Amino acid sequence: MKELTIALVGQPNVGKSMLINAISDARLKVGNFSGVTVEKAEVDFIFKAHEIKIIDLPGTYSLNDYTQDERVTKEFLETQTYDLIINVVDATNLERNLFLTTQLLALDKKMIVALNMMDEAQKEGICVDHDQLSSILGVPCVKVSAVTKRGIGKLFNRAVDMFHFPYEKSKLIYSEVVEEEIAKLSFFLKQKRYQSTLSYRDVSLKLLEEDPKMYRAMHDEPIWVEFMPLLKESLSHLYLHYDTKDVSEIFAQERASFARGAVRETVSYEKNYLGNMTDRVDRVLIHRVFGIPIFIFLMWGLFQLTFELGSVPVEYIDAFFVSLGAYAKTIFGDGELGSLIADGMISGVGAVVMFLPNIVILFLGIALLETTGYMARVAFLLDGFFHRFGLHGKSFIPLVTGFGCSVPAYMSARTLKNDKDRLMTLFIIGFMSCGAKLPVYVLFTGAFFSKEHAGNILFLIYIAGALIGLLSAKFLKVFVFKGVDEPFVMEMPKYRLPSLKLIWHTVATKAMMYLKKAGTFILGASVLIWFASNYPKYPLLEEQYAKQIALAQVDEQKTSLSNELSSLLLEKSYLGIIGKSTDFFFEPIGFDWKMTVALEAGLAAKEVIVSTLGVLYALGSDVDETNEGLVHALQKQIPTASAVSFVIFVMFYLPCLAASIVFTKESGSYRYLGYLIVFTTTIAWLLSFIGYRVSLLIL
Amino acid sequence: MITLSQMNPLEKGIIISIDADGELKQRLFSFGLRKGSMIKVKATSIAKSTMEVEVGSTLMALRYSEAERIGVEKA
Ligand SMILES: Nc1nc2c(ncn2[C@@H]2O[C@H](COP(=O)(O)OP(=O)(O)O)[C@@H](O)[C@H]2O)c(=O)[nH]1
Repeated sequence: MKELTIALVGQPNVGKSMLINAISDARLKVGNFSGVTVEKAEVDFIFKAHEIKIIDLPGTYSLNDYTQDERVTKEFLETQTYDLIINVVDATNLERNLFLTTQLLALDKKMIVALNMMDEAQKEGICVDHDQLSSILGVPCVKVSAVTKRGIGKLFNRAVDMFHFPYEKSKLIYSEVVEEEIAKLSFFLKQKRYQSTLSYRDVSLKLLEEDPKMYRAMHDEPIWVEFMPLLKESLSHLYLHYDTKDVSEIFAQERASFARGAVRETVSYEKNYLGNMTDRVDRVLIHRVFGIPIFIFLMWGLFQLTFELGSVPVEYIDAFFVSLGAYAKTIFGDGELGSLIADGMISGVGAVVMFLPNIVILFLGIALLETTGYMARVAFLLDGFFHRFGLHGKSFIPLVTGFGCSVPAYMSARTLKNDKDRLMTLFIIGFMSCGAKLPVYVLFTGAFFSKEHAGNILFLIYIAGALIGLLSAKFLKVFVFKGVDEPFVMEMPKYRLPSLKLIWHTVATKAMMYLKKAGTFILGASVLIWFASNYPKYPLLEEQYAKQIALAQVDEQKTSLSNELSSLLLEKSYLGIIGKSTDFFFEPIGFDWKMTVALEAGLAAKEVIVSTLGVLYALGSDVDETNEGLVHALQKQIPTASAVSFVIFVMFYLPCLAASIVFTKESGSYRYLGYLIVFTTTIAWLLSFIGYRVSLLIL
Repeated sequence: MITLSQMNPLEKGIIISIDADGELKQRLFSFGLRKGSMIKVKATSIAKSTMEVEVGSTLMALRYSEAERIGVEKA
């Protein structure tokens, strides 16, 4: 069986993913392009005794080097091996789409143009003469609709045919001005009988386009002396005609006029299309006054769904992992192995899988926002506010998601296509206090403030976190990610009804990626934390306490003894040793070693902070934020100023382990994790220090 | 000549100059925003920070700071 590799290229929103989903009996593989966080989808299927492999390249408006998506696509097309390009274009917006097509033609590869969205074009009364277009472009054009699946078979038929035919050069014809110069230069090359693997036309064209490689090749040849004046003259003709010396602009203009000409000759409008739905919907959704309230309402709905509906299965998942842990202990025993598997692996992975329902709902919402075209409107509405802090309008979604859980927040930052915008957003997501920090806040505000004030303080904590987040974004913009602003310019896609299949596919892929992470990195890290908090062992101590517990008369005494033991063991574990030895670092901000250990345990997961405090204040690990015993213990043993400082630190320090791992993946480098650690710790420490000193003065 | 940022919603014009380099220029270009193209302002956001425009059959958004670099002739 013959293998045939196809690169799928197109501008954003032309329906590439939909097309891939329309292929029946296909095996889909989703991963990343190596070294970057750009999603790579590959499909394998058998067609007419050929093994076809399609690689879906990121959508890009033109082949430049500016955004990560553009770079990935360009690099793939120029350096990887593939047999054929399928260029998907939106038939309802042909002129803009053909601009990319002309750049693809210059790659000199076999190519087919798939005129997608034909169903929509028909509805809008747009007729495309695809035979005529084929002859203008010099490559076959096939009408398809990814939604109705029409023309898909034909498309791959053509692909297979094309694969067996020899390559025929396409004929991109430029304006008379350029063609004239090409002819002049080619004529001279011909007269000189210049030896080249390229055609004279190509050599002349590349020189006019200022292709550095071509210049280097010609520079050392004898012909160069005579040729250079001619070339100079040709270029100055072009400069004169186009009123600019920017060659890339001249050729961009050329390609644009070619695209315009092609459209003029092949597209006709049957009837006057009146039903412009996008116009009418936009009148409401980006209304000057109502636009933002409508958006806020939609977001509110999404978050209600995410955290209310999402919390229903969470209990079951939790129960499942608890019973799985118990079951594991019956198999592996209560000893070390059982503890490693149940307390280390299963509970660690369980804590992460527990978020899965929330993540699925949230991503469903985001997928809806994106495929309907509303996301671009959100950016339009909010950019004014966010840009003041150096952020992009689209940063809104990841930042608000951060109030729920940082893990999906980091993942949703992918909607930001620009590297700087995305990194800045990633850095401040942690300052939006996630749901797991709530128990800590409730515990401390309840213990140190009166009932009337507790609610306000809680609100203040969240607002202050968000505000500091925005301010630090400004700081990052001014001192770290400085330089000119990236352009905001973006397409506002037409509103389209979402396709269930496409959305399902997007959400399922995200969920799988998340689970994979839980199964690998997070499993490893959980084992590490388990080890640090359970070792070294102190059998003598345990024996001693076991004896005392056996002797104890009352049940209460028994529990208090066993609580004392676990507190002692934690203190002497590696985690406790680390906590105690790093105590000096936290002394200036008013922490004792117990608070330090709790904070460091909280690096594993923020929920752990409260339970660790419980263990350390010898109350056992089954405490939660409403536990009276813990509240009293804290009130007695922690000064108010230290409590304030502690809460501030929790607000700003490093997100939990799972989130940090996801951060590393999404930022693309461990180096950035290093920066994040320094950045968050510095801010947390400084603000805690200020909070502590101020509280000491006024309280 | 006025700049695009001085136009109001629903006004139309023809682009006569673009004062931009690099990424911004390429981006505008690939959306069909070039010298000679017809442009129509569709909407502006509340604090006049972003505007929605139509060029050919493409709807796009840009910031006012970017619209200031685009010279137009009202039509
Ligand atoms: N009417 C119609 N809509 C389509 C067609 N192909 C894709 N779409 C819609 O266009 C939008 C963008 O499609 P998508 O596959 O996400 O585009 P991509 O960015 O190129 O992957 C989605 O809302 C699809 O449902 C088509 O052939 N006809």
